[in-house]
Amino acid sequence: MPLVLAAVLLLLSACSGAGAGHFPQSTLAPRSDFSADLHSLYKDVFWWAVGVFVIVETLLLVAIARFRARAGAATPKPIHGHTVLEIGWTLAPALILVFIAVPTMRTIFATAGTAPEGALRVQVIGHQWWWEYRYPTLNISAYNELHVPVGTPIAIEMTSADVIHSFWVPRLGGKRDLIQGRTNRIAFKADSTGEYWGQCAEFCGASHANMRLRVIVQDDTVFQRWVDRQRAAPATPAKGSQEETGQQIFRRSACIGCHTITGIAQGKVGPELSHVGSRGTIAGALFPNTTESLHRWIMNAPSLKPGALMPPQNLQGADLDAVVAYLQSLK
Amino acid sequence: MKSWLTTTDHKRIGLLYFWTAFIFFLVGGLEAVIIRAQLIKPDGGLGVSAETFNQLFTMHGTTMVFLALMPLSAAFFNFIIPLQIGARDVAFPRLNAFSYWVFLLGGLFINASFIAGPLFGADRLSVAPDAGWFGYANLTSRQFSPGPNVDFWLLGLQILGIASLAAGFNFIVTILNMRAPGMRMLRLPPFTWMTLITQFLVITAFPVITVALVLLMFDRFFGTHFFVPQGGGDPILWQHLFWMFGHPEVYILILPAMGIVSEVLPTFSRKPLFGYTVVVYSGVVIAFLGWSVWSHHMFSSGLGPIADSVFAGTTMLIAIPTGVKIFNWIGTLWGGQLRFTTSMLFALGFIAMFIIGGLSGVSHASAPSDLQQTDTYYVVAHIHYVLFGGTILGLFAGMYYWWPKMTGRMLSEGLGKTHFWLTMIGMNLAFFPMHFSGLLGMPRRIYTYSSGLGVTTFNQVSTVGAFLIGLATLVFFYNLVRTRWRPITASNNPWEGATLEWAIPSPPPVYNFTIIPTVANRLPLWHTERHAPMDPLPLQPPAPIHVPGGSWWPMITAFGLPIMAIGAISRTLPVVLIGALVVIVGIYRWAFEPFEM
Amino acid sequence: MAYNTSEHAAAVAHGHATSMGLESRKMAFWAFIGSECLLFGSLISTYLVYKGHSLTGPYPHEVLNIPFTSFSTFDLLMSSLAMVLALAAVQRGDMKQGKIWLFVTALLGLIFLFGQYWEFSHFVREGLGLTTNLFGSTFYVLTGTHGAHVTVGVIWLLTLWVQALRGKLGPQNALTVEITGLYWHFVDVVWIVIFTVVYLIQ
Repeated sequence: MPLVLAAVLLLLSACSGAGAGHFPQSTLAPRSDFSADLHSLYKDVFWWAVGVFVIVETLLLVAIARFRARAGAATPKPIHGHTVLEIGWTLAPALILVFIAVPTMRTIFATAGTAPEGALRVQVIGHQWWWEYRYPTLNISAYNELHVPVGTPIAIEMTSADVIHSFWVPRLGGKRDLIQGRTNRIAFKADSTGEYWGQCAEFCGASHANMRLRVIVQDDTVFQRWVDRQRAAPATPAKGSQEETGQQIFRRSACIGCHTITGIAQGKVGPELSHVGSRGTIAGALFPNTTESLHRWIMNAPSLKPGALMPPQNLQGADLDAVVAYLQSLK
Repeated sequence: MKSWLTTTDHKRIGLLYFWTAFIFFLVGGLEAVIIRAQLIKPDGGLGVSAETFNQLFTMHGTTMVFLALMPLSAAFFNFIIPLQIGARDVAFPRLNAFSYWVFLLGGLFINASFIAGPLFGADRLSVAPDAGWFGYANLTSRQFSPGPNVDFWLLGLQILGIASLAAGFNFIVTILNMRAPGMRMLRLPPFTWMTLITQFLVITAFPVITVALVLLMFDRFFGTHFFVPQGGGDPILWQHLFWMFGHPEVYILILPAMGIVSEVLPTFSRKPLFGYTVVVYSGVVIAFLGWSVWSHHMFSSGLGPIADSVFAGTTMLIAIPTGVKIFNWIGTLWGGQLRFTTSMLFALGFIAMFIIGGLSGVSHASAPSDLQQTDTYYVVAHIHYVLFGGTILGLFAGMYYWWPKMTGRMLSEGLGKTHFWLTMIGMNLAFFPMHFSGLLGMPRRIYTYSSGLGVTTFNQVSTVGAFLIGLATLVFFYNLVRTRWRPITASNNPWEGATLEWAIPSPPPVYNFTIIPTVANRLPLWHTERHAPMDPLPLQPPAPIHVPGGSWWPMITAFGLPIMAIGAISRTLPVVLIGALVVIVGIYRWAFEPFEM
Repeated sequence: MAYNTSEHAAAVAHGHATSMGLESRKMAFWAFIGSECLLFGSLISTYLVYKGHSLTGPYPHEVLNIPFTSFSTFDLLMSSLAMVLALAAVQRGDMKQGKIWLFVTALLGLIFLFGQYWEFSHFVREGLGLTTNLFGSTFYVLTGTHGAHVTVGVIWLLTLWVQALRGKLGPQNALTVEITGLYWHFVDVVWIVIFTVVYLIQ
């Protein structure tokens, strides 16, 4: 049975590239130099392991099949050991390990997080349970959805505002921990555009499972357009519109204690909302950014995301509709 | 009743360990089954809350490591080691009783958290530990874990550490010093050898976690900043201290099972253990290397390329002595006359499954590869192939092997084989798909996952497997209790084993050996080309044998520890002092009690 | 208590010969000391890892008083000497000397503890509390753990001394005294390391 299962693994490994669309968080379908290095190393280790597995399990099965006790058979010869054999099966694994250790060391240094000159710097800050991204050279910030240009080296510096988190986008690279008081680094260069899934990989409390993220890899021009939009001041609602009502309610509400909207509010506890309408998801990439999700989130965030600090808001009917409309207008 | 409470007989203590640990094993298994049930559906599962789920996986890990696997091994240490070395008891019988009571009370203390909520004004019944069995700082700081949950965990583990340390000293001295005449070190049965190595790991690893827990306790109770970055502390120090304990702990869990397998395979192959000395020395090497690999649990924490390389290298090295053991086991089978008893099946299952865990371990040793696998279900698969496929299958092999010796009654082979096959199918269904879930990006320790990940089917298969394991365990439990209603009497040596425990009646008399045997070789009960079996021992002792009486003081002293912990967790200094007083009085009465060996 | 072998109740002194030729209690104690080395090793490592990481003062050089601690160290060293004399006296059956030296050992231990008490309270007056900074935390936990060991040792020594006064300690208990001595010397050696690491190498 283990053999059958191993065969399944081989099959999966072989067709992983093709099926990647169904597995947005797969480690087996790399789309960056970093993740490709890791994947190729894993394949090396995997095939060595399969070889050893087949040999050892075969030996075991042969022994089981051949040496079944038979009635009346003489007591087996009491062999206590065999020096040459024992030296042999000490050296053989040692040799295999050399073949694994060399590429391992090489990859360790190749993926140590040093980015080439001219890489785009991004600071990732982990919060319970959402992500903050700062682009120090572009002077913008993003939340939960990280936008990067395709084919450009990205230098990620990471730290945490509270407990330990781990930044992990499998198709773009391996995970690295975010630790308060320390800065960790990874570097990668995405080789194709698209939306890549990731999530926190270090247990970080109640909503660890809900601390998800997206990386949106874009062509340079699309990325530049996104940057320009983030730099711009937040949208100003038209006079007398529903959005304007929403803005006024927002100003009076508890929202401003925790969230920033440039020119409107300066809260620092939760993610900034100046361009929240431009995001595809909300609440740590947990829900699509739709009218319905926003309604539910504002009414009772902790019920959707256990432990979330945002208390249920006392907003109803038209007021809630107006606030949601206002947030959606913040493209 | 009184005779059980005050017992200092290693055999009774062994049975107490067995039943207590087995019940904790069922509790830990129940936690696992709830975890798996929750994960049968994506996007919210069956509705187990995040908080409850975090408590369940924390307590599943803590229970299985500290309250089930270690003490199940301890049950065999207690019952079997003195018999294998030809001794009448362990070196310190009262210390042995103390270890048991401390273990029991420590286990009850941690598990009391499941119903202690109201006492702490919590709005829920359960305030069980919820920061993972590894309790990574700074999530465990008072700021991020304000409730008593983590306090239960850190106080409970300190109590359990005392039990393990006391047993460690006891068994080191027992094995080194209580051997029968002629039982040289290289004539010790392999299980005794692996136990000795394990105990050296225990007495060196547990002080390290004790320090880590004490520092965490100071952080949480007195406001120091050992692991709090705002005060200059470093959460990574916790990881170093924890894994300096934690990795030797892995070998503390696996080496006794390897010892059991090294007993079972020769007996049911009718062949001596192939390369006995190599198996012994590879155990020693594993233990030494086990101390030099701890940071391979921390590859994602950013140690830097040099440290990563060093720890990747040492970790790969440890595969060599492990591989040697596997080849020697196969060498033992080769050319033998194999009898497929349930015990033998579990030992063979151990080899077959442990290989899978060992090989997936190599992909963790390769640090960059591990960056994709650590903290995913791939690691969950790995540890379960090692700790379930390895330790638990090995322990089951030991249970079927030694149960007749421990109780004088045979387990049913029919039920045993049902148990074996259900377990094998269950564990492979449960744990093999986890490799895929992990490789496809499912992190561990999550109470819910997105249906978009594409791992739902794998999780469903895992859940079915977990239920099968549960069913298999119930079959085993039935097999155990059935020996009470429908006893089949066991002879002295039902399996034709070669070691001293099979030279005496099943169950052994209180004094074990009518006369202390003189040992002339490694396989005293076997006829080999070099020697004939030793003479049977006399049926009655030639002279009266004095056995030590029981004592209340080990249990009373043990009670002081949870009292102190209750005082600490409820912030009532007088209760702490009462507990300390109980310990002090207990130790004094113990020290001045007339008690002869 | 009654075992089911009460028919053998006629007690026969049954001394189990030790396989290694080392008395079991002593061997257990050596194992215990090995374990304790890891305990203090972890605490000392923690101290070293956090050395110089305090965010605020007082810093080590501002509070540590080497002449005073040198005296404490000397005092503890002398207590080890007294312990050696106590053991020698008990072994040769000279309980009069034995009593004196056991008491002197305990007394020197007590003086060390008073010194530590004075040092701690002095530091607190200087503004260094347990939670003031990492230096305070690591210092108090490390030296406090050592102090707790000394306290246990003093109580142990006084217990033996009282036993000796009551005439219940003699050469037949030499092993017990020897183990006490092992413990006491170990605690002394640990202090030498702590003194070097914490006080001398600043």
